[in-house]
Amino acid sequence: MGVKLLLDKAHIEGIRSFEVYRREGGYKAVEKALKEMNPESIVEEVKKSGLRGRGGAGFPAGMKWSFIAKPEGVPRHLVCNADESEPGTFKDRYLMEHIPHLLIEGLIISSFALGSNDTYIYIRGEYAWIPDILEQAIEEAKANGFLGKNILGTGFDCNIYVQRGAGAYICGEETALIESLEGKRGNPRIKPPFPAIQGLWQRPTVVNNVETLSAVVPIINIGGEEYAKIGIGRSTGTKLISACGNINKPGVYEIDMTISVEEFIYSDEYCGGIANGKKLKACIPGGSSVPVLPANLLLKTVKGEPRLMNYESLADGGFATGSSMGSGGFIVLDEDQCIVKHTYTLARFYRHESCGQCSPCREGTGWMEKILKKIDEGQGKMSDIDLLWDIQRKIEGNTICPLGDAAAWPVAAAIRHFRDEFEWHINHPEEAQKRNYGLAHYADPIHVPA
Amino acid sequence: MVQFSQEQLTEFNRLVSRYPEGKQKSALLPVLHLAQQSFGGWLSQETLDYVAELLKIKPIEVYEVATFYSMYNLKPVGKYLFEVCHTGPCMIKGSDDIVAYIYEKLGIRPGETTADGLFTLKTAECLGACGYAPMMQLGKHYREHLTKEKVDAIIEECRKNAAANN
Ligand SMILES: Cc1cc2nc3c(=O)[nH]c(=O)nc-3n(C[C@H](O)[C@H](O)[C@H](O)COP(=O)(O)O)c2cc1C
Ligand code: SF4
Ligand code: FES
Repeated sequence: MGVKLLLDKAHIEGIRSFEVYRREGGYKAVEKALKEMNPESIVEEVKKSGLRGRGGAGFPAGMKWSFIAKPEGVPRHLVCNADESEPGTFKDRYLMEHIPHLLIEGLIISSFALGSNDTYIYIRGEYAWIPDILEQAIEEAKANGFLGKNILGTGFDCNIYVQRGAGAYICGEETALIESLEGKRGNPRIKPPFPAIQGLWQRPTVVNNVETLSAVVPIINIGGEEYAKIGIGRSTGTKLISACGNINKPGVYEIDMTISVEEFIYSDEYCGGIANGKKLKACIPGGSSVPVLPANLLLKTVKGEPRLMNYESLADGGFATGSSMGSGGFIVLDEDQCIVKHTYTLARFYRHESCGQCSPCREGTGWMEKILKKIDEGQGKMSDIDLLWDIQRKIEGNTICPLGDAAAWPVAAAIRHFRDEFEWHINHPEEAQKRNYGLAHYADPIHVPA
Repeated sequence: MVQFSQEQLTEFNRLVSRYPEGKQKSALLPVLHLAQQSFGGWLSQETLDYVAELLKIKPIEVYEVATFYSMYNLKPVGKYLFEVCHTGPCMIKGSDDIVAYIYEKLGIRPGETTADGLFTLKTAECLGACGYAPMMQLGKHYREHLTKEKVDAIIEECRKNAAANN
C-alpha cells in the first residue's frame, strides 16, 4: 500500500461532518498555518513541497502563488477550479463528495497565504448536488470559528462561496472560468495580462484545481520537505487518478508516483486488470486531451524501461512515443474497442465545447468531427487521413487558449499510432461496421495478463 | 407574467450578496439556474428579460449567456429530462445501447419529447462520471451503471412521481 495523504480518511464513517473530520485531526493545519506561520512562510512551504498543479498543466503551485501582484488597497482572490469536465476525469468530484472539509481546510490556508478574503469555488453546473455538501461544510467551519470574521482570533477574515457553472468545458480554462464567474460567456482571455496581475474583476487572482488546494493540507501538516520525499523526481507527493474504461475496478485511486503503469492496471489494489479477460489495446493516461498510447508504448518506454505513473515517465518520448499525466483521467481500451469511433466521440466533444472565438479551433474541430464520423460510418477516403492530419496541425499552436491543442492532440496521436486501423476502416467499409480491427494486426507485442 | 416568489427572491438576494458592490452581474449564472428551476424547467424570452431587470443589466447580456451554456433550456422540455452521456468512456461502456433502449421504450430520439410531455431525451458530453458508465443526468442527480432494467425502473419511478403530483 502506498502513502495516502488525501483519501486516507475518506472512508471513515461520517467524515463529511465537521465533528468527525475534526476528531480525525482535521483543521490542525489551519491552526498551524494561521497561528504559527505567515503568508510568506506558507508559500515557501508549498514551494519546498514541489507540489505541481493537479488541474492538468502541472505548473508548480508555490511558484504560481509567488507571482500574485499585491497592489496597495486592491483585494486579491483565490478561485478554486472545480469545473472538472475533461473526459475521463472524475477525481475532484470524489474528493468533494467524500471529504469536503479537506478542500475547505486547504482553501482557508491558501486564502490566508494569498490574502484572499473572498474565495470562490467554481464548480461545473452538472455536479448539482455537490454545492449542498460544500455549503454545509462551509457553514460548519464558520460555526466553529474557522471561517468568517477574525478566524481563530488572528484578525484574518475569509468567506468561501460556491458558484455553479452551467455546462461548458471551456470554463475549466482559467480565464474563461473568470469570465464565467463575472457572469459572462466562457470566452478565454488573451494573455497577458495573466490572472495573477488582472483576474477576477481585474483584481489579482490565483486559480487552482481542487486537488492542488487540498494537497496544501498535508503539506502544512507534515512540512514541504517531507512531502517532497514522497514520489519521485519532480513528481512529488501523491496524485489522484480516476480510472475508467474496460477495467475490472473503475474508480478513484490515490497513488504515490513511483508505481508502474503495469502495476496500476493489473494489480488488485488499483484497476484489477482488464475486464472480461480481454487484452489491453490502448490507453489515454491523463484525460482525453493527452495522446492515446498503444499497449506496448504505454507499459514500456522506447528505451524498454517500465513506464511509471508520474509526470516525467508518462511524458517520456514526447508526443512521438509518450503521453502526459494531464488531469489524471485514465481511460483504458480493450481489444474490442474501435480507435476510430472513440476518437470520433472525442472530436465531437471538442467541437461541442469550442467557444468559437478563434477560427482554427471553431472550424477545425467541426471538420475533424465530420471527417471522423464519415470514416467511422464507412464513407471515408484514404486522403481523409492526411486531411485530418493537416487540420490538426493547423489548429495546434494557433489559438487563443489550449483547447485548440487539446482537440488536435487526440486526433494526431490516434493517426500516429493507429494509422493502419484508419486505413482498414476505409478499405473495409462494410466489415468495419460489424467488427473492430483486431489486435492480431498489430506488429508490436501487446501485453497479455499472466 | 414571470415573477419570483418571496422565497425565490430571498435566494436571489443570497446569490447576489456573494459578490462585491456593483458586481451583481456575477450572479447571472446561478440566477438563471434559479429561474429555470422556478419557471418550468426552461428559460423563455420573458424570463430572460425579467432576470436582466432584476440584475440591472441589459437583456443582451443575459441572452448571450443563456445561449452559451448547454444547461440552459431555451425551449420547453419534458417534466423529466434524461441526459445520457455519450462521450468516449461512456460510449465504450454501451451508452449507444441506452439511447437506443430509451427510444424503444418511449419512442423518443435525442432532442425529442414524448407526446404526454413527460420525458425529453438528450445526449450529453462527458459529465464526470466516466468510471460509473453508462450514465445519465436526471434533475439534480446522476443515475449511474445504467442497464435496461435500471432504465425501466427510472421510467417507472418518474411516471409514479408524475401521477402522485397531479
Ligand atoms: C480547455 C481547458 C479546460 C480545463 N479544464 C480544467 C478543469 O476542469 N479543472 C482544472 O482544475 N483545470 C482545468 N484546466 C486548467 C486551468 O486552466 C488551470 O491551469 C488550472 O485550473 C490551474 O490549477 P492548477 O495549477 O492547480 O492545476 C483547463 C484548461 C483548459 C485549456
Ligand atoms: S482555442 Fe477554441 S476554445 Fe480556446 S479561445 Fe479559441 S475558439 Fe475558444
Ligand atoms: S464520458 Fe460519460 S461521464 Fe465521462
